[in-house]
Amino acid sequence: MTDTLTPVLTRFWDVPESWKLATYERHDGYRALRKALTMKPEEVLAEVKDSSIRGRGGAGFPTGLKWSFMSPPDGGPRYLVVNADESEPGTCKDIPLMMANPHELVEGAAIASYAIGCEKAFIYLRGEVVHVYRRLLSAVAEARAAGYLGRDVLGSGATLDIVVHAGAGAYECGEETALLDSLEGRRGQPRSKPPFPGAQGLYARPTSVNNVESIASVAGILRHGADWFKSMGTEKSTGFGIFSLSGHVAHPGQFEAPLGITMRELLDLAGGIRQGHRLKFWTPGGSSTPILTEDYLDVPLDFDSVAAAGSMLGTRALQVFDETVSVVRAVARWTEFYQHESCGKCTPCREGTYWLRQVMTRLEHGKGSQDDVDKLLDMCENILGRAFCALGDAATMPVTSGIKHFREEFEAGMHTPADVLFPLANSALFEVSDTKESSGMVTT
Amino acid sequence: MSGHGSGETWSLHMTQEAAYLHVDAESKAPYAADVLERLRADAEVVIARYPGKRSALLPLLHLVQSVDGYVTGRGLKLCAELLDLTAAEVSAVATYYTQYKRHPNGDYTVGVCTNTLCAIMGGDLIFDRLSEHLGVGNDETTPDGKITLERIECNAGCDYAPVVMTNWEFFDNQTPESATRLVDDLRAGKDVAPTRGAHRVCTFKEISRVLAGFNDGRADEGVGAGPASLLGLQIAKEQGWRAPGDDAGGSGAPVQPQVHPEQTSIDSPSKAGPTGMRSTQPGTPPGPTGKEEPK
Repeated sequence: MTDTLTPVLTRFWDVPESWKLATYERHDGYRALRKALTMKPEEVLAEVKDSSIRGRGGAGFPTGLKWSFMSPPDGGPRYLVVNADESEPGTCKDIPLMMANPHELVEGAAIASYAIGCEKAFIYLRGEVVHVYRRLLSAVAEARAAGYLGRDVLGSGATLDIVVHAGAGAYECGEETALLDSLEGRRGQPRSKPPFPGAQGLYARPTSVNNVESIASVAGILRHGADWFKSMGTEKSTGFGIFSLSGHVAHPGQFEAPLGITMRELLDLAGGIRQGHRLKFWTPGGSSTPILTEDYLDVPLDFDSVAAAGSMLGTRALQVFDETVSVVRAVARWTEFYQHESCGKCTPCREGTYWLRQVMTRLEHGKGSQDDVDKLLDMCENILGRAFCALGDAATMPVTSGIKHFREEFEAGMHTPADVLFPLANSALFEVSDTKESSGMVTT
Repeated sequence: MSGHGSGETWSLHMTQEAAYLHVDAESKAPYAADVLERLRADAEVVIARYPGKRSALLPLLHLVQSVDGYVTGRGLKLCAELLDLTAAEVSAVATYYTQYKRHPNGDYTVGVCTNTLCAIMGGDLIFDRLSEHLGVGNDETTPDGKITLERIECNAGCDYAPVVMTNWEFFDNQTPESATRLVDDLRAGKDVAPTRGAHRVCTFKEISRVLAGFNDGRADEGVGAGPASLLGLQIAKEQGWRAPGDDAGGSGAPVQPQVHPEQTSIDSPSKAGPTGMRSTQPGTPPGPTGKEEPK
């Protein structure tokens, strides 16, 4: 039985200058890379595969399997691309990881590169976190100067290098093929699959795109072995992950725990719901995962259990909302987000999110019509499974799950504004001195 | 965009949107020789990072903004020339991403997160207060050219909601008052320090250069992690919880268990207030405001 919390990636975030190479080396840093370089690449890959780690970016595809699906070496370049575009609403694990402990990612990327035969890896960081970009650039420079990156790494003969690339603001670039297009200097729009990136990815070469936390975890897997990793978590969701609690809890924060911990346990660690309030609804893994209620607090937060409960583990972005919050307002704002971020490539998503937004906006303002709730469900049915990438599907999740659990609030949107039913000031985390009410929509 | 529409459209442009659509003469004027020389030298460094040179386009557009403060016509043309692209291809990319500005940006982009979680935790109220205080709306710049106010999407700091980003540095746990102080200090030319970031917020042009991949030597400034990022680690240490193996060493011996809540039910109120925990954590200022005092 493992402990309730298992700090691995977070284990020394509290140390002064935790982001420096010297600090990382004092905490077992680059030991895993040394070990990996004594093994054959296929042995490294086998170790990761054997750990059964599933991708930490939301979809949960097994990382080792993804690597093994890459086309076989043909003498040309092969690429690792780390998806550091963390933009899913509620998700806030990769950014603090890269700010506090960038070397764990650099080491993981070096090991992963070695395993898949990549000589130049890329970390695609969203552009809106300039200090994290500084930390990553410095970490890569430090690692290169110390001989952990570059030519003939640690005398192994292997060439491993990393380019850290900043995006420029587009949620869609978190989708792996859109990310690749963006990295090639194009608009970040998704590609048709197949061919999958494993066959034709960056510059049409075999490529693996993996989340930050997945790659950072590879260092620990090599350090301690696949069995160590599997000793945590559940049979089908092995290992640990960072769980991010935000919103109306007493103490929001990051909790690194074995997969399978429950929301009830996490809420207790976060001090419960803020004083004097009750839980109303929460997301298990960001806005793209259907909302859940108090009835689901004992669901083990692993991939399969959350799926069985009708949602998704996603990125373990646990956003918590108490009874002061209008579900209609929350869903309306998420819908605005998806409409704003829809890349426009495919019709169901481009048009669907536009119309969802129209209807959600009028419901939020108490100006809905009688058939709006059914209309929303009908639109969602026409988007789900018909969009080019997962963004369209994701846009429907808050709407359909919101209606499923709180239909009466959507129906109230036919006559009463959300702001009247749930005054915004009651939800704010600060005392509102100004009595003027906000519509949240003052500007165009 | 163009003025070739009907008389009605034209008059609309002349009134409300004239400022927005105004293209500064500088946008198309040639770069001074020394500026151009430096841009070309920097561009060469950027292009050399990538196996395919078109990959340099996003950083090069950041580089253009580091000189011009937005994506100018001349900057766009230069990118096209350097990367063997058409102006239309560059323009298509420049208009896709929200960090590329089509008109002169203020020295400081103040972005209030108004995605669902931050909005509800107070972001909407903060945005409204700032908008009223500054007299500008979303994506508009104050007349003194200091502040561009924006509604931004989730910036991955949800455990510090409500979040305000200033030139893409984190200002955590904001209130209308702290955000108003922040913009007042910026307009007064005072140095302003983010909660988690460099010692001071750099200008839009300065951070645009960093985003082009030119590190500015500030990586070692600021904290490694804020208090919310450390909460789980702190509790694990208090409880003596660790991962199997030797990864749990951390920075010191576990301290006496003193788990905050006797809290067992999520329905019962917590004993500590919403900020009670934060103030108990080492090395962090209590209270919800950022550290926007001048150094």
